[in-house]
Amino acid sequence: MPETLPEQVPNQLADLLIFIGGHYNYWMVIVLMMIGLYITISRGNLVKKIVGLNIFQTSVFMLYISMGKVAGGTAPIITGNPDEVYSNPLPHVLILTAIVVGISTTALALALVVRIREAFGTIEEDEILTIERDLEFPAQEASK
Amino acid sequence: MIPQAIISQLPILQVIVPLIAAPFCALLGGRNRAWALAFAVSLVTFAISAMLFASTLDGTVLSYQLGGWAPPIGIEYRVDALNAFVLLIVSGVGALTMLYARESVAYEIDERHHGLFYSAFVFCMTGLLGVTITGDAFNVFVFLEISSLSTYALVASGAKRDRRALTAAYNYLIMGTIGATFFVIGLGLLYMITGTLNMADLAHKLVEHGDSRTLRMGFAFIVVGFGLKLAMFPLHLWLPNAYTHAPSAVSAFVSATSTKVAVYLMLRFLFTVFGFSIPFEVDVLRTIVLPLALIGILAGSIVAVFQEDLKRLLAYSSISQIGYMLVGITLLTPGGLMASIIHLFNHAVAKAALFMVAGAYVMQAGTSTISDLRGVGRDMPFTTAAFVVGGLSLVGVPMTVGFISKWYLVQAALEQGWWPVAGLIVLSSLVAFAYVWRFVEAAYMYPTPDGVIRREAPLTMLIPMWIFAGSSIFFGLNASLTSAAASRAASGLIAASSLIWQ
Repeated sequence: MPETLPEQVPNQLADLLIFIGGHYNYWMVIVLMMIGLYITISRGNLVKKIVGLNIFQTSVFMLYISMGKVAGGTAPIITGNPDEVYSNPLPHVLILTAIVVGISTTALALALVVRIREAFGTIEEDEILTIERDLEFPAQEASK
Repeated sequence: MIPQAIISQLPILQVIVPLIAAPFCALLGGRNRAWALAFAVSLVTFAISAMLFASTLDGTVLSYQLGGWAPPIGIEYRVDALNAFVLLIVSGVGALTMLYARESVAYEIDERHHGLFYSAFVFCMTGLLGVTITGDAFNVFVFLEISSLSTYALVASGAKRDRRALTAAYNYLIMGTIGATFFVIGLGLLYMITGTLNMADLAHKLVEHGDSRTLRMGFAFIVVGFGLKLAMFPLHLWLPNAYTHAPSAVSAFVSATSTKVAVYLMLRFLFTVFGFSIPFEVDVLRTIVLPLALIGILAGSIVAVFQEDLKRLLAYSSISQIGYMLVGITLLTPGGLMASIIHLFNHAVAKAALFMVAGAYVMQAGTSTISDLRGVGRDMPFTTAAFVVGGLSLVGVPMTVGFISKWYLVQAALEQGWWPVAGLIVLSSLVAFAYVWRFVEAAYMYPTPDGVIRREAPLTMLIPMWIFAGSSIFFGLNASLTSAAASRAASGLIAASSLIWQ
């Protein structure tokens, strides 16, 4: 049936576009997750690593919030109207907790970076590694 | 004797007592007051977990509903044979380490920071106990982060002795947070499928759900997340530096408890929550976790042989010992699980003793470098003898606890016909002998360097050290108590999963 083919192709394309568009949040979750993880692994600056970690955690917040969304639902506040559709409040609560954990982690990490800066005089990972290597093998440094 | 009203509240008291006490440690400040409160609290938590252990001996499962909300909606604390055992390990090690910490911390930490140090220590204990006792999967994440954040601070407090403690803590923080976040991602995917966070309810709904890509992704994220926390072979990079540069009391406590609690979580999620309802889960364990565990066993031991620093040597040996526990899990038989659980206890006891010995050297000799500790066996005979006992247990010499767990593990591997695995376990024990011998040789066979004066460690350090060393002999001679607890816990896990075992 050659005449149905040209119609089917745009249909499939539309389905694909709807699938991609409908999962927009989740695509962004994946993009943010990968960006965050990549920054954390690849950057040598200790503060930038923390920034990456924050982006990584933010993607998880988005994942939870997206799954709690009910189409057409409002904020989960009791209005007395039995026909009101609410978003699922549980993921919101979970993520409030996760945000608190994330903030404490960031605070602790930044405090550590301050201490590292005081002790090593730098926050670049490769320079710190050089200093540490000299601490580990003092004999080699003396022979240089 | 004790009113029934209190007994029914024990599960929550286990967590809430240290949680409330921790800020007071910080407020009390000064050396003795903060320590006294922390020590008293650790004794109380130990008493509570002993009572919980006793009341689960006959197979009862205690369930405590927080705020009176029934389980699938509210948070449930659930104590069965397995986590009562782990609670006992954590609080027991906590109490004894606290006794040890008094002198050791006075030497290693500035006095004005003592209040904060003990506060973080008690918070860490709270987190570990909470992770173990809770029956709610998201609660696990919260307590996991309470314990991890306080551990990062504790590791960093070793900076007075060596500034590398700061970078060690920073790297631990980055990797630990990635691990915890992976766990939350995995949990989110499970929540997407089931709409519940209670472990028992999750297990039930996952079986009904069957196989799907979301479930597989959730499983993978959770396994990798816990892999980071428990230092599974390629994810172990945070461990050696953190254990080496942390204050001695922290090394002893964290090495004996935090990775063990992560192993417990792995067991709990694999068997109770996922329950191997889809073949994919078994495949992942057999084709990915098992080879990594085997590489970890061998690589950890071999790297340990070449270490110059005693604490770093012990840290690498931990990586190898964790491999044993993972192998026991991947066998997926009651025997393998039992070996894993019993090794959890045995390794905690032996490693706590060994890190306490290393801490005593740091305090009395000012170093933990092996070449600087030559002849130390004559100057500090009791401390070094404890090292020998603990070291023999790592090797797995008969009459020590290490032998018991390796015996069960080899037996379980042979039952499955896994000859190469059994061979590798024995081979790694030989390598373990090499690294233990390296230190024993330096301690006993070489003369003391000139002008070095070392005195025996104080009694408050020797007592906890020898309680651990003594129990690694006692439970090596009389394993009926630990093996009964372990086999009860193992059969409970198998019964909860979908594994069919004759």
